[in-house]
Amino acid sequence: MDWPILSLSIWVPIFAGVLVLCTGGDQNARLARWLALFGSIAAFLVTLPLYTHFNMMDGGFQFQEGHRWITSFNINYHLGVDGLAVPLIILTSFTTVIVVIAGWEVIEKRVAQYMAAFLIMSGLMIGVFAALDAILYYMFWEAMLIPMFLVIGIWGGPNRVYATIKFFLYTFIGSLLMLVAFIYLYHQSNSFELVDYYQLPLSFKAQILIFLAFFMAFAVKVPMWPVHTWLPDAHVEAPTGGSVVLAAIALKLGGYSFLRFAMPIAPDAAHYLSGFMITLSLIAVVYIALVALVQKDMKKLIAYSSISHMGFVTLGFFIFNPLGMEGAIVQMISHGFVSSAMFLSVGVLYDRMHSRQIADYGGVVNTMPTFAAFAVLFGMANAGLPGTSGFVGEFMVILGALQANFWFAFLASTTLILGAAYTLWMVKRVFYGEIGNAHVAALKDLNRREFFILSVLAVLVIGFGVYPQPITEMTHATVNNLLAHMAQSKLL
Amino acid sequence: MNAIQSDLYAALPEIIILCMAMFVLLLDLFLKSHNRSLIYIFTQVGLAAAAVVTACTHNVSVVSYAFNGMFVDDPLSDVLKLMMYLTTSVMLVYTRQYVSLRDMFRGEYFALTLFALLGMMIMVSGQHFLTLYMGLELLSLCLYALVAMDRDNPRATEAAMKYFVLGALSSGMLLYGMSMLYGVTGSLDVSEVANALLQGAPDHAVLVLGVVFLIAGLGFKLGAVPFQMWVPDVYHGAPTAVTLFIGSVTKLAAFAFMIRLLIQGLYVLAIDWQGMLAIMAVLSILIGNITAIAQTNLKRMLAYSTISHVGYLLYGFMSAGTNGYVSAMFYIMAYVLMTLGGFGIMLLLSRKGFEADNLEDLKGLNQRSPWYAFLMLLVMFSMAGVPPTLGFYAKFAVLQAALQAGFVGLVIFAVVMAAIGGFYYLRVVKLMYFDEPLDKSPIKAPIDMKVLLSLNALLLLALGMFPQRLMDICAYAITHSFQ
Repeated sequence: MDWPILSLSIWVPIFAGVLVLCTGGDQNARLARWLALFGSIAAFLVTLPLYTHFNMMDGGFQFQEGHRWITSFNINYHLGVDGLAVPLIILTSFTTVIVVIAGWEVIEKRVAQYMAAFLIMSGLMIGVFAALDAILYYMFWEAMLIPMFLVIGIWGGPNRVYATIKFFLYTFIGSLLMLVAFIYLYHQSNSFELVDYYQLPLSFKAQILIFLAFFMAFAVKVPMWPVHTWLPDAHVEAPTGGSVVLAAIALKLGGYSFLRFAMPIAPDAAHYLSGFMITLSLIAVVYIALVALVQKDMKKLIAYSSISHMGFVTLGFFIFNPLGMEGAIVQMISHGFVSSAMFLSVGVLYDRMHSRQIADYGGVVNTMPTFAAFAVLFGMANAGLPGTSGFVGEFMVILGALQANFWFAFLASTTLILGAAYTLWMVKRVFYGEIGNAHVAALKDLNRREFFILSVLAVLVIGFGVYPQPITEMTHATVNNLLAHMAQSKLL
Repeated sequence: MNAIQSDLYAALPEIIILCMAMFVLLLDLFLKSHNRSLIYIFTQVGLAAAAVVTACTHNVSVVSYAFNGMFVDDPLSDVLKLMMYLTTSVMLVYTRQYVSLRDMFRGEYFALTLFALLGMMIMVSGQHFLTLYMGLELLSLCLYALVAMDRDNPRATEAAMKYFVLGALSSGMLLYGMSMLYGVTGSLDVSEVANALLQGAPDHAVLVLGVVFLIAGLGFKLGAVPFQMWVPDVYHGAPTAVTLFIGSVTKLAAFAFMIRLLIQGLYVLAIDWQGMLAIMAVLSILIGNITAIAQTNLKRMLAYSTISHVGYLLYGFMSAGTNGYVSAMFYIMAYVLMTLGGFGIMLLLSRKGFEADNLEDLKGLNQRSPWYAFLMLLVMFSMAGVPPTLGFYAKFAVLQAALQAGFVGLVIFAVVMAAIGGFYYLRVVKLMYFDEPLDKSPIKAPIDMKVLLSLNALLLLALGMFPQRLMDICAYAITHSFQ
């Protein structure tokens, strides 16, 4: 393969974003929108060869690119992907197209900046998934905060400033500790190459400290209980597009990084602390699901539901068997589609009524029948109904947990009940029953743009629910490779 | 070449600046007010000439002494001097409109700036305690006058008073420390002191006491806690143009001063001064970052931010190794570029009778001008140390040096404080992007300032992505200047 596909995947959206910015003020909003759409579609198309040319048998890094960058510190521009990163990269570029379309006429002020922020963010997040050099990874990881900070702060809801500063500082402090860990590893190995870190023997104490530093950075991003509190705030205040990107991709950065950095670099610490991690995951699964049950705000409910689903992901990682880990990865991808769809559905209602309170709705099915059908489908998927993508991941993780310990599986499966309870109860209160008030009675059903987005997502949710093979096939070799690596002690 | 000729040859840039300063002072007497801009042009020409001479007389990797070893011309001094000309020249472009609107566009302003620059150049090249001290005093005297340039402003007068009293006190401390060192080693020459210490100094207690006074004096000049009291008042009270000068160029001189005194002169006592620097560094980061949060005035906020930056700079020094000095130099270079950008925006927004020095004045800048808001955004994220800006690599460099020297706890502390410091930089971004503008007057500035300011801020981004060149320059300057 001669084309630098990974570099293109990163830089095409960023370049498109800069172009969109150049269109200037809102007098050129139309141009900005179309440019953003073409840019995002081009960026999506560029990432497709990663799937078509991927060697499923190979568990190592593919599509590698390497250049010397900062020689003083031996930092390289080194990119490469394995079966874990490719699905997430394609998910990222796909979601960006959805976000651009979703913000089409909803965003009225500073359109160019809005669209550009999402395009640039998309490139930076793909950079996070593709970087194999610790500092390169760190640059993408941190740089991504800047556009997200602006998106929530400029286009968000009433309490947006508080939410966005909280989001930034939470992530920033965790990341800085990770940077200290990277510098420590650099002084040990004289390299910032991830591959060198994998081979580097470390004492037990060092491994524990490194793992905890990574934990601070990644747990905030995942987010795990008890450092999850930024997420409901950020989600509630973010515009629809921001929520979609946060839920579908930004949260995956944390999960992905656990697999890419924390666990293989400090495998002994990961095994030693697995009880701790599983406990936190199960608390997230059960306790946060209960918290979701009592929410009055739809976006907050979905935000808590995301945290609960992410608990599944970290649970799957730390039971150390192939089924659990693959299930967790499937769950990450599936959650990308389902949560995007849920947030877009809330966005559809919010654009019409400017309220996210469940109590303000009721009987929406009478005025918006098509929309209600979609919403019920996505609700079911969120609850993990068989036949939707939400089911596959959860089921695999529960099976994996069962191999490890019955009680893990038992607690994890409560989510099937709790998840159904909070999702379906919300769907019932919003969509069914008598028409709640005059505003609901005046609602118009989906327009073509909304119908298009939701139906694409519906096809994907059902598609991966029935046939998850493309994801599992891709991740299989990588997961086996990773587990084999982690089974070996790296103690000095 | 005989001795005098080679001495003068080594000091040629200083001579050019000195002549130009006197020429500007004289010229001002004969100029009518409408063609005062000639002074400005001559000042810039003088800077350019000095830069050309410095670059042309630069001998790669050669250290040459002049005036009986009191003066040195080495890669470090040349690199720092070039950076000083550049910074001063950019500063003059930024402040031109500001000073002419405030009736400060007079010969004194330019002459004092040039004399101050001369003092700094002597500090950079001083190889003898008295040369260093002389340079420092020349700089300080010019700065006291510059702070008080705006004669009718009581705040400026107060600032100048404070600056003068504390500055004189700190100079006294420096001299006292030097005299103790002289008493023990019998010399004031930097390299002779170093040799005497290497052979084992008789009275360690007196030496350490001398070092304490030296560090206290340096702390004052740098504005490190607990000697920082003057910084916010002077930053706030001085005209923004002068604040920019004090905040940027003089830090380069202070950096050189530390290198000459501590590293070249007193390296043997590193064990002793390392601990003192560590305490100052930690306190500076702590107090600078925490206090900056409470500020409503942009200049005061940047003053406290400077204090915290000085703390990070000291992290590079206290690791007491080449890696540490190179990273400290990189940090100071990055700091100067960021400061220029930050104050540049502030100067851009101020008008006749209106100082844009309150945080409120930045409100809604994104709606008034997305481009300048973006530039300020770059500056702020760079100061906070967020990649992909230069500020990140600056912090990265000093922290890795400190970690290499084994200061794990201090590095974690610095990192946590950096996150706290992130808050007040974010607040500036918040004001620019999330709030509605209070004043909607158009932003007017000469074209050269606009272009230079844009280049300045974009350089923070470009160097953040490709920092290798600047790192090479710093490494070259440090490694080829000490034997």
